[in-house]
Amino acid sequence: MTDVPVTHVPAEKGRSLWADAWARLKANRAALWSAYYLVFMALLCVFGPWFTSHQFTTIYQDYNRVPPSFSAYPKPEMIDLAVKDAVQRSRVQLAGWEERDGKILITITSAKPIDERMTRYIDRSSVFEGTQVVEKSADSLKLVMSTSVEKQYFYFGTDNSGRDMLTRTLMAGRVSLAIGLLAGLVAVVIGVLYGASAGFIGGKTDEVMMRVVDILYALPFIFFVIMLVVFFGRNFVLMFLAVGAVLWLDMARIVRGQALSIKRQEYVQAAEALGVNRWGILIRHIVPNLLGPVVIYMTLLVPQVIILESFLSYLGLGVQEPMSSWGVMISQGAKNMPSANWLIAIPSFFLTTTLFALNFIGDGLRDALDPKDR
Amino acid sequence: MNMNFKSWLVGTTMLVMGTTGAFAEVVFNRGNSADPESLDPHKTSTVYEAHILRDLFLGLTTDDAKAEVIPGAAESWTVSDDKKVYTFKLRAGATWSDGSPVTAQDFVFSWQRVVDPATAAEYAYMLAPVVNAEDVTAGKKKPAELGVKAVDDSTFEVTLNAPTPYFLEMLTHQATYPVNKANVEKFGADFIKPGNLVSNGPYTLAEFVPNDHIKVVKNDKFYDAANVKIDVVNFIPTEDRSTAMKRFEAGELDSNDDIPTEQLADLKAKFGDQVRLGPYLGTYYYVFKTDKAPWDNVKLRHAISEAIDRDYLAEKVWQNTMIPAYSFVPPGISGYETRTTEYAEMSQIDREDAAKKVLAELGYGPDKPLKMEIRYNTSENHKNSAVAIQEQLKPLGVEVTLLNTDTKTHYGHLEQHGDMDIARAGWIADYKDPENFLALCKTGTGNNYAVYSNKEFDGLMAEAAASADPAARMKKLSDAEAVGVARDLCVVPLLYYGFHTVVSNKLKGWEDNVMDHHPSRFISKE
Amino acid sequence: MLRYVFRRFLTAIPTLLVIVTIAFFLMRVAPGGPFNQEKGLNPVIKANLERVFHLDEPLWRQYIHYLQNLLRGDFGPSYNLPDFTVADLFRAGLPVSLQLGAMALILALVIGSGLGIWAALRQNQLTDYAVVGVATAGSTIPTFVIAPLFQLFFALTLHWFPVGGWGGGAFINKVGPVLTLMLPQLAIVARLMRGSMIESLHAHHIRTARALGLSDYSVVIRHALRGALLPIISYAGPAAAALLTGSVIVETIFSIPGVGRYFVEAALNRDYTLVMGTVVLIAVFIVLFNLIVDILYAVVDPRVRYD
Repeated sequence: MTDVPVTHVPAEKGRSLWADAWARLKANRAALWSAYYLVFMALLCVFGPWFTSHQFTTIYQDYNRVPPSFSAYPKPEMIDLAVKDAVQRSRVQLAGWEERDGKILITITSAKPIDERMTRYIDRSSVFEGTQVVEKSADSLKLVMSTSVEKQYFYFGTDNSGRDMLTRTLMAGRVSLAIGLLAGLVAVVIGVLYGASAGFIGGKTDEVMMRVVDILYALPFIFFVIMLVVFFGRNFVLMFLAVGAVLWLDMARIVRGQALSIKRQEYVQAAEALGVNRWGILIRHIVPNLLGPVVIYMTLLVPQVIILESFLSYLGLGVQEPMSSWGVMISQGAKNMPSANWLIAIPSFFLTTTLFALNFIGDGLRDALDPKDR
Repeated sequence: MNMNFKSWLVGTTMLVMGTTGAFAEVVFNRGNSADPESLDPHKTSTVYEAHILRDLFLGLTTDDAKAEVIPGAAESWTVSDDKKVYTFKLRAGATWSDGSPVTAQDFVFSWQRVVDPATAAEYAYMLAPVVNAEDVTAGKKKPAELGVKAVDDSTFEVTLNAPTPYFLEMLTHQATYPVNKANVEKFGADFIKPGNLVSNGPYTLAEFVPNDHIKVVKNDKFYDAANVKIDVVNFIPTEDRSTAMKRFEAGELDSNDDIPTEQLADLKAKFGDQVRLGPYLGTYYYVFKTDKAPWDNVKLRHAISEAIDRDYLAEKVWQNTMIPAYSFVPPGISGYETRTTEYAEMSQIDREDAAKKVLAELGYGPDKPLKMEIRYNTSENHKNSAVAIQEQLKPLGVEVTLLNTDTKTHYGHLEQHGDMDIARAGWIADYKDPENFLALCKTGTGNNYAVYSNKEFDGLMAEAAASADPAARMKKLSDAEAVGVARDLCVVPLLYYGFHTVVSNKLKGWEDNVMDHHPSRFISKE
Repeated sequence: MLRYVFRRFLTAIPTLLVIVTIAFFLMRVAPGGPFNQEKGLNPVIKANLERVFHLDEPLWRQYIHYLQNLLRGDFGPSYNLPDFTVADLFRAGLPVSLQLGAMALILALVIGSGLGIWAALRQNQLTDYAVVGVATAGSTIPTFVIAPLFQLFFALTLHWFPVGGWGGGAFINKVGPVLTLMLPQLAIVARLMRGSMIESLHAHHIRTARALGLSDYSVVIRHALRGALLPIISYAGPAAAALLTGSVIVETIFSIPGVGRYFVEAALNRDYTLVMGTVVLIAVFIVLFNLIVDILYAVVDPRVRYD
């Protein structure tokens, strides 16, 4: 949509459609930065989870819903709680605890002899590690243990189950982007094949094929998607293949229209008269001319699918745990509002900025590929 | 016109009584998680409609504010020596909201209607103790053969198959409520519509706008109307719990029967003791498919069960709105001794060590990992529980996968005994008796998702049913639980349910109880 | 024209029939049924229920039965809400959804078009970027985030509006739902309008008109807008069908008794008759609005003729 001045200087070599489009796209700052951002986001989601020092499934029992923080957990005031919690779960009494030389010394008592395996309870807490028995009374009724504090960083906080939000957000990003791309691709492939066939074969076949599209158009989309989830819910890849298989209708109509008009173009008719076979025409002339609208449509379809996935997540029909998607995370966060707001703010930021970028790229591509504007 | 006249009338009365100031109706906006499926007491199945029907109708016995049994439509009753014949004396002068008397014939008509296959009452089994009830429901006998009789207009006689100590308790359930015979015959299926419905409870139905509200107004003909403080109760469906909390905060709701437990800490900080928590007679459990290898091995079932850290589930996942469970029957039923699994008193570490040993004995290890799929129906907390269990079983080398499906698919699959490893389910008591829980483990019961079948257990249940002495009966039931649940794990009890409600400080007389029943007639609002 | 409309109605009949058939059988092969629930039913009782609702008959007979009833305009009783027929539920909920949807649609079209035109006239200026940015945000933030934010801010903090409820249709209860419904539509309309307006302004006749010294205002209204309207119309058709039949999210979060929630709930509850009712309802709306779009096309663009 930017006004690129049209140069009328005869070029030495005829610029191809693609070089031209590329030049226009590069001139569109918003689209270019969006493309960079999208690539960055994709790389972040694909490789990021390996560098976060947390597994996306690991539950930190003592860190449910802790807010984002750049300093390490546990916070000083959490240690007391963690000691009390751990001791209480081991069904003994806490006599007291103190911090000495960076180590935590915990003294416990019990009416029954204490098992030394007790240290495992302390270790089990996500706050402590390397617990050892320091001192044991003769009757085993009193025990002193030493343990050190295990530092954890949760830059994005943790979720309701005590899992690292940073890792989960990135993992969810993989799923959301994959779903968008996958469903988008499926829709485009089916749509192009269907639309192109209808357009080229024409006649009665075209009529019947487009009737089918009309009918599917009137089929309630939500109902259809819910049924797909019910059938394929256990496998999100399958499910979004299916969702893609529902979204191809627009694509088919666009492509058919294009195909019909291209078929009537003189150069195609000329090629046909010259005896170039049908496949040759298809590949040499038709496909390149179709690519523009297809690419544009695809960039619009991907955000649509991602939003659709978030809608399904809100209905509880999203991807299966322990996997997640931005839609799933946002709908969980929305249910927590107004408490634990990082649960919604962070995935929302990722989702929204990504969709923003996709939209700008779509706009940019449309401007760049629009032949009328050249 | 009618309403105007009525409020004018009440207004004048108030003036006569010397009250100054404008008269205002006391309106109680009561949040109810879902709309009722039906207001026909014989066609209901959920607790949400029970809340409403408790205000509209009055059974032979009823709940007081603490959900203890008190006389309802029956003023008194006598029980025969063999404890099989109950004779109820209906309240003298009690009428329906249209002024006609509540008669024994109404009860005969109603109960025959409940068990009639043509009614297809989901709760027909509430009358199963009555002679011939089950045969009538199965279509083997005529409704007229049901063991009930109107001795005269105000005497209603019921004959039971066997002594049933919890029978009076069952009569508080909505499936046993009377409907007005003339009313049902006049309007047919439409008798439950506002304007048509004639009821005998403290309130009458004024409006029902689906998904918006159900308005019930005080029934002046109710025998105890003088003590009913609230004039109008609006039951407002609150599907979205977060919205319900905001509406409560804004004063649009005076109470809600559910809260989003994940927000509990913040809600407590905001609403203080308006957040009510307490034990509720229900159990959250998992169920193994016990007729499928390897889950047919009791030792393995126990190993998985004891490795699940219920304390963690209760504290962290459910924010202490649930209680760790080691028996199927929750505590709180008087005269019943719950029987827990033997690891109930062990520490979690010992349980895990024991579980590891069993798994090793059975040959599971790194080269032959145990695989298990948990099926659960869609819900935030079911999901969080399953995720936590998945993580808890990981150190034992159990490879757990999760399968979430929508509620209908989930229960459809369970009911058809489809292939599975372990699945989530829950049971909320219909009435306060252990039999209501334990019947789920009997051979061939519809709800027996484990396909558990054990002669010893079935035998003990049959003996309990035939036992005339309440104490001996409870003992047999207790023994049955020891066999079926504690020994064989026909269900894997995880948590006892807790109720979690918000109740405005303005409401008085809302007594917390294990049934979470709160008839509006005992509540007042400042 | 009339003949065209009539022919379109005739072709709609087989379309609806195919849709009803697909939906009917799709629904029946889905696992679970209307009577599966947490408190499982005893087989005898379940059999009784199925007999009462004729679910025990062979599927083909149920199908024929359903079609016969449908022809008589009878959608049947709801399985999960047996106090009501499907028609009852629509009668109660559809007016609510239609009101909200119509208000949201009109606002979205008017404000969205206005913003789009404004942005197009100031292409590549700050206004343009602001409009595009806001519009994009509106379509990328999920409704289930916007709705609770609205409640928190306008209802609980400022106390301007109630948190939820229909309040018998009071204006103040409609503000939140309408705005939340409108926002994503407004965003899309604004973007569409901006795009097509820019294209339209670049067209030869418009350039000529401007060059001849016609004022911007009159050029925009008389000439450019006419051409720019086409994409909006083709978008508004399906959007209207979607908006008028309600939105499950807005209705659930704002506790609004519309029909939108039935589209999801009925399918999840396997409430067969209600599902079929919703399918027919939406299909009729879609067919109807597609027809309206085509007619509007002919009105706006004289080149389009239907004979």
